[in-house]
Amino acid sequence: MTRIRFQRSLDELKENLLVMAGLAEQAIQRAIEAYRVRDLSICDLVSRSEIAINRLERDIDQTALDLLAMEQPMAIDLRFILSVIKINADLERVGDAAKNISDRVRSMEQMAVVDLPVDIPRMASLAADMVRKSLQSFIEADPEMARAVLTMDDAVDAMNRAAYKSLTKVMEEESHLAPQALNALMIARALERVADHATNIAEDVIFWVQGADVRHHKSLKKGPDPHAMGETEGAV
Amino acid sequence: MGVGIEVVSLNAWYAANHTLQDINLNIPANHATALIGPSGCGKSTFVRCLNRMHETNPIARVTGTVRIGNLDIYKDAKPVEIRRRVGMVFQRPNPFPTMSIYDNVAAGLKLNGYRNHRVLDEIVERSLKNSALWEEVKDDLKKKSGASLSGGQQQRLCIARALAVDPEVLLMDEPASALDPVSTSKIEDLIFELKSQYTIVIVTHNMQQAARVAEKTGFFLNGRMVEFDSTHKIFTNPSDKRTEDYITGRFG
Repeated sequence: MTRIRFQRSLDELKENLLVMAGLAEQAIQRAIEAYRVRDLSICDLVSRSEIAINRLERDIDQTALDLLAMEQPMAIDLRFILSVIKINADLERVGDAAKNISDRVRSMEQMAVVDLPVDIPRMASLAADMVRKSLQSFIEADPEMARAVLTMDDAVDAMNRAAYKSLTKVMEEESHLAPQALNALMIARALERVADHATNIAEDVIFWVQGADVRHHKSLKKGPDPHAMGETEGAV
Repeated sequence: MGVGIEVVSLNAWYAANHTLQDINLNIPANHATALIGPSGCGKSTFVRCLNRMHETNPIARVTGTVRIGNLDIYKDAKPVEIRRRVGMVFQRPNPFPTMSIYDNVAAGLKLNGYRNHRVLDEIVERSLKNSALWEEVKDDLKKKSGASLSGGQQQRLCIARALAVDPEVLLMDEPASALDPVSTSKIEDLIFELKSQYTIVIVTHNMQQAARVAEKTGFFLNGRMVEFDSTHKIFTNPSDKRTEDYITGRFG
């Protein structure tokens, strides 16, 4: 084994990202717990961890930038660093989503707890499971586990669509419940975003380990080629 | 214009040392192809087989086929003719030290029987322009010697000398390894310009350089070619673990 210093820096980068991952995962779980038991002290913990996440995001990006500039990484090392930069951004957004959920919980403090036609805990459990599995696939450099995460995203999307439908109906038909329904809708939306970030992380793990770009594979099959579009525009 | 190079079952020896083992590849015309690999892997021997320079060593031997365009160089042609069609630039610039800049470029032409001064003037100017040196030396062509130029200028002078005899292929054996970053960048820009007219094969230890200048890259190890693919594939996602270990610096 050569390039010992570089290898150490890569290990350090991975460790820092795992610390960040732990904080982001914890933040989302706390935010969900805060919603479930309507506990504002948990919301404070989420806010505090968001500051730590933001600080780590900058540190990780700086280390990655230094390695790109100083070590000229190639092949799997290059893909690893690119993936870390992107996963880092996704984890920061998971932290943001956790903060958004806890903000919603705060705004619901004075509102009566009502029974709404949306299963937030189930949706939260699925989204958190996706985050956990995507991070596990990163720790184990396991593309198969990452692919399993991709298949889970459709379920969360479907739950979010169902939540939108049922909660807008509540707002139309029972306007006195509109504030609660709106908050629940925003939480569902935040959880759907968390699932999207977990999907991105899983895609980045596949790119790192296998060099395969699996992003947008469904839509790209159908959509127009932007380069071809540019040519057409130029010709007009 | 450049021509493609087809190499079939090429083997080379230095005495009993089997330095190249069963090399097969097609080098595309008018592209830059980089050859990478650790010291002693055979990449320099390989390029020296492309212009029959390897066999100039009495203990060296070559078998196999090398076709440059339609020319089977080990069958159909004499080494002198091949070296006119296949120019070579070495690691350390090696201008003729006592000759003027002009004579350095014209030397190969004179050797090939060119005597007409106007023709010589034209070719010297064109070659120096093609090697991006003309503007820096045009006022001192016959006043200054090749050795009076800087290292980077000397290397471009050697490239001009190689281009003067109008080759189809340009072999470059670590052409920038003895140069500073600015001179290196000029050589790399030059390679980019020249490949529209010539087929370029460049041996380099600098992987970023290979990535910057070449469309195709071959990785040599222990006398064998482990992988030959688009440069993009080699440097982002190589197929062979040994290639990956080498380019990521985890070799050995």
